Amino acid sequence: MSNSNEIEITGKQEFTITVYTENRIGILNRIAIIFSRRKINIESLNTSPSEIEHIHRFNILIHETEEVVRKLARQIEKQVEVLKVYYNTNEDIIWQEMALYKVPTDTIAEKVSVERLLRENGARAVVIRKDYTVFETTGHREETDKLIEVLQPYGLIEFVRSARVAIIKDSEGFNRKLREFERREPGEEVIENEFLDKEKNVFSM
Amino acid sequence: MDTAHEETTTLTEPKKTTTVSGSVALLEGLIAEGTDTIFGYPGGAIMPIYDALYDYKEKLQHILVRHEQGGTHAGQGYARTSGKVGVVFATSGPGATNLVTGLADAQIDSTPMVCITGQVFAHLLGTDAFQETDVINITTPVTKWNYQVTDANEIPAVLAKAFYIARSGRPGPVLIDITKNAQLQMFEYEGYTPCEHIRSYRPKPLIRKEYIEQAAALINGAKKPFILFGQGVLLGSAEQEFKAFVEKSGIPAAWTILGAGAIPTDHPLNVGMLGMHGNYGPNVQTNSCDVLIAIGMRFDDRVTGRLDKYAKQAKVIHLDIDPAEIDKNVKADVPVWGDCKETLPLLTALVDQKAHTEWVNEFRAFDKTELETVIHPELNPESGELTMGEVINKLNELTKGDAVIVTDVGQHQMVACRYAKFNQTRSNVTSGGLGTMGFGLPAAIGAKFGAPERTVVAIIGDGGFQMTCQELGTIMQSGVDVKIMILNNRFLGMVRQWQQLFHEKRYSFVDITSPDFVKLADSYYIAGKKVSEREDLVAALEEMLNHKGSYLLEVMVAKEHNVFPMVPQGSSVSEIRLK
Repeated sequence: MSNSNEIEITGKQEFTITVYTENRIGILNRIAIIFSRRKINIESLNTSPSEIEHIHRFNILIHETEEVVRKLARQIEKQVEVLKVYYNTNEDIIWQEMALYKVPTDTIAEKVSVERLLRENGARAVVIRKDYTVFETTGHREETDKLIEVLQPYGLIEFVRSARVAIIKDSEGFNRKLREFERREPGEEVIENEFLDKEKNVFSM
Repeated sequence: MDTAHEETTTLTEPKKTTTVSGSVALLEGLIAEGTDTIFGYPGGAIMPIYDALYDYKEKLQHILVRHEQGGTHAGQGYARTSGKVGVVFATSGPGATNLVTGLADAQIDSTPMVCITGQVFAHLLGTDAFQETDVINITTPVTKWNYQVTDANEIPAVLAKAFYIARSGRPGPVLIDITKNAQLQMFEYEGYTPCEHIRSYRPKPLIRKEYIEQAAALINGAKKPFILFGQGVLLGSAEQEFKAFVEKSGIPAAWTILGAGAIPTDHPLNVGMLGMHGNYGPNVQTNSCDVLIAIGMRFDDRVTGRLDKYAKQAKVIHLDIDPAEIDKNVKADVPVWGDCKETLPLLTALVDQKAHTEWVNEFRAFDKTELETVIHPELNPESGELTMGEVINKLNELTKGDAVIVTDVGQHQMVACRYAKFNQTRSNVTSGGLGTMGFGLPAAIGAKFGAPERTVVAIIGDGGFQMTCQELGTIMQSGVDVKIMILNNRFLGMVRQWQQLFHEKRYSFVDITSPDFVKLADSYYIAGKKVSEREDLVAALEEMLNHKGSYLLEVMVAKEHNVFPMVPQGSSVSEIRLK
């Protein structure tokens, strides 16, 4: 979660960049080098098919100032196979990460009440075997981190966490936009991030 | 061959008219796109394409370069003078990696090119096969788009897409990597359909009327408006629209080196060159204008100098086709997104007819100072060694500003851009953004093929010439008529200038020796001469220009001469030094 003190000091905060692309070999590299060229670390990256067939959706999490993020978004959108880019602060999105935890079944069974553990941490057991049990939980980083702490004393064998996936609160999805893109002459619909800040008379996305 | 066998062949012939190899489909596609010249170099993985090319000699002229880098620069030169897409062929592995410098140059200077590379058979990809290299990933950062073809069926559509992407919107280089099996593969060819739309690609942003109106209002209210124009005017073929805008608004206009020639050098509202070695007035006035109108230029750091002291007093109007350029370096108060060929007439219609006489005269005052302190001594020295400026000046007098001037990179480039006279557009071919030494000679070859009716003069330093001088072989073999002028100061002059000014004259590895350039040209059967005396200069230039065919003129110029004015790195444009 972004730290408001930090925003004040460095201007940097967490941004989730959502990218709609054609499903094409090499597009991941084209997008990734836009960050690496500027020596910007990608904190987390998820790519998967979107709500529309053949269109992929990237979720990229970075820690940067809004000005940098805006420029990055434009550079990404410039790529031939990218349809649309959005960027959002944590306030604008609903997001989750999924985590899996593998622990020895005997310690879990003997030393803690599995049921209590699951309830307290919003986790569920995915696999229970004689030798090990795999728990799953979804949530924000702090929540999945917390379960690591809880399980560590019981001999946590393995842990894995997915990238962030995020839904934009204000988004109406991409179906209608795609129809605009498919037209030869796109309408206003495809450009919605630009406006002139009438007050400051400064252009911004 | 027995008759029975012949009969079988005849029987299947009707079907063969539509069954072609991937290589043939590629060449047919190039012809359909209007390609007439290819710069290339064969090799193992592109042999099927070259084999097909053997039967297309009448329709497609292939120029055998001496190094693939030369091929890319020739393709760039061709694109710059012709306005068409430059086409380059290279083989896999080293052939493909040799394209990287030219691709990077074309990418940063928005030059439309389609490069075709051969690749190992698809089943060998990733096996470290002979001459295999991952050219798609190597070229991703330096291409507008690239694609690997492994099946001949893809070739027509991919080529169509490549040309469309290369030439539309903000142009740029595209690379298609074709595996050898796809080149050989026979498939049902349905003819060539040019690409007109890609759903994920918007070459031109929507034009917003309200921004045009806001821009016009700012311009109409301005007391000291100032236009900066770049290559966007040329790339959009908007020279007429630009001229109409300048003349109606009466606003003084200054150019980036890639924008040079968009309006003639001697146009009364052309106030000169921007940037580090640009003219005095345009640099200083950037920080005193009230409205800055940037047209098809991207505020490169060599143009802006120190950004936090750049035009802070001015309202900025930025016309650009590439939305990523708006606010990238300089914040725009009014962004005018779009192709300037379309946006400029809309703007012209709304601006008042004006003559900013007093304001234009302020530029003239700066010109007078620059003329006295810099230009006059540079162009008209009465004694001492020849200066680069006087050579360019004499060349102007003889070409009358009608020649295509191709330059390499360094001091001679800045001097040529400063002093060369351009009467028409697409006359200044130079490596701007990347600053690629070695660009000049091969680019001049391409420039001549792109504009065969024009005189092409390549102005090159002794350092840069030695980076690609093997292309003299291309000149020899193709018979192309290029006038080569080497301005020899026996130094890597621009680096030496910086070492003199900013590194206490510690001349670290800038002293460069050269072969006998005239003898070198002679060994390629190219006529040449060397001059070092003032009284021989004009006659030598005349001889070069009047010579039938290529000619190399080596001019010995002052060894330690600096290019001024200069905006030192880290300084503001208004802190420009005259000496």
